[in-house]
Amino acid sequence: MSSESDGQGAGSPRGNGPPALKKPVSGSAHARVSPADLIFKNVTRAAGIGLLVLIAAIAAFLVIEATSALQANTGNFFTTTEWFPNASPPVFGIAALLFGTVLTAVIAMIIAVPVAVGIALFITVYAPRRLATPLAFIVDLLAAVPSVVFGLWGLIVLVPRMNGLQQWLTDYFGWIPLFSTDDGLVGRSIFVASIVLAIMILPIVAAISREIFLQVPNPHKEAALALGATRWEMIRTAVLPYGKPGVISASMLGLGRAMGETIAVALVLPASFNISWHILSPAGNTIAANVANGFSEANPIGRGALIASGLVLFIVTMLVNIMARAVIARRREFSGAT
Amino acid sequence: MATRIDVSGLTAYYGNFKAVANVQFSIEPKNVTAFIGPSGCGKSTVLRTLNRMHEVLPGARVEGQVRMDGQDLYGAGVDPVNVRRNVGMVFQRPNPFPTMSIYENVIAGLKLNGTRKKALLDERVEQSLRGANLWEEVKDRLGRPGSGLSGGQQQRLCIARAIAVEPQVLLMDEPCSALDPISTLAIEDLIAQLKASYTIVIVTHNMQQASRVSDTTAFFTLDKTGDPGRLVEMDRTEKIFSNPTQKRTEDYITGRFG
Repeated sequence: MSSESDGQGAGSPRGNGPPALKKPVSGSAHARVSPADLIFKNVTRAAGIGLLVLIAAIAAFLVIEATSALQANTGNFFTTTEWFPNASPPVFGIAALLFGTVLTAVIAMIIAVPVAVGIALFITVYAPRRLATPLAFIVDLLAAVPSVVFGLWGLIVLVPRMNGLQQWLTDYFGWIPLFSTDDGLVGRSIFVASIVLAIMILPIVAAISREIFLQVPNPHKEAALALGATRWEMIRTAVLPYGKPGVISASMLGLGRAMGETIAVALVLPASFNISWHILSPAGNTIAANVANGFSEANPIGRGALIASGLVLFIVTMLVNIMARAVIARRREFSGAT
Repeated sequence: MATRIDVSGLTAYYGNFKAVANVQFSIEPKNVTAFIGPSGCGKSTVLRTLNRMHEVLPGARVEGQVRMDGQDLYGAGVDPVNVRRNVGMVFQRPNPFPTMSIYENVIAGLKLNGTRKKALLDERVEQSLRGANLWEEVKDRLGRPGSGLSGGQQQRLCIARAIAVEPQVLLMDEPCSALDPISTLAIEDLIAQLKASYTIVIVTHNMQQASRVSDTTAFFTLDKTGDPGRLVEMDRTEKIFSNPTQKRTEDYITGRFG
């Protein structure tokens, strides 16, 4: 690199290349920068910096708005499960909300990701083209359905019809604490909310996974087939390992969406503030749903408390994304990106 | 282990397009056969019919017979997966699995066959990498990604992967076209060694290469674009390159055509 900028110009630094093929550099040794390049460079730089400033501004806003409420809080913000920020003295904590947020989102992801990957594999590998094209189109369309539609559907259609499945789960798997119904069984449970969330994030995870699997280079698939792989073995040998980082990214995007989802959860879950692993029982609330339910009736302290909960969600979502990046980066040299 | 191949009445299609028509030839065991001919003459297509990889492409199909030691690969009830386990293939561009280490790449085929014993796998990795003249270069970094090797090393890794399952036949589709001359020489030397154990069929655009590595050469051509490719002549390599029977073969190898 250094030998090119020392003003020797057209001469080949190594001496054995064909110098005649290179155009002589006219005038200065430095390349001339065109105005278009300059403008483009600065616009993109401004966009990048703008994004960082925006994130910092959001964080600052959340911190400032939350501080006075946190100072007025008589409970411990991290361990208290109750949420009475509008009372005097105010007492509220994030524990139950954070628990509900992470639990519903994780259950939603456990349900949605395998199904989404299955859909994506079916569309890219198994389905004949006549079927694959409309299917991919439908999945993309579903990803654009507003979440309030899913929420209403969950409340009106899913909740009354889930008792059978929930009863079956507790009858046969009740010995697992997760499915115990010692505290009763309801339609509006964490489990049903998770299913609504799973259906909501399914299309986006499937759509991204499909894009990823389409990018698997054909030579890798042919290499597997030529070794005598069946279609499924080809998927396991060439498609899934290559697509893994992308599927992880898609899942994290889905997890983020599930954690931040407001209306669908607010419609399905009864707002209660307790921590319980019994996902079929009446329990739980999430940060985003709580904000939606409480914001309009909140006094200034109450609003500050809700904003503080929003700050927690902001941090948790970021941590999840950082963790996903770390998982992907750990095996970067095996990723196929050279 | 090596197998003889008899092809008769072979016609291959891509959808409605007839790529090669009525090809007929035989290949002796432990012989290197080179397919040469201009682009589009169907030599790669014919190669891919020998392990039923042609039909992997949507709409592609094959008529005719390909017999390996008498058994028709296209007979009723023959599973293409089993065919491919017995016929190894090396592609034009080196394609080691990027998500796997060198070691995992070599045993990829064995794992498909259900081999799990560590000792056996270790032994087979060394044996295959030695067979591909790659062992000395990679023995200290078997856990490193296969995609970190040079192009020529990657291609030898692909050969090691193909021979690790001890196939009866080894197909090579222009294995050196993406490689530099030194790596090409390494592969050609390797072919000369591998012929002791395997029946080898190689497609090449490089006529010097065909004359260097092969015992038998088949010349394919097509009359004009859109016509199916045909096998013009197949004979001992010395004969094809010194005194071919067909005028078209002579025109091609002397550079008057193609």
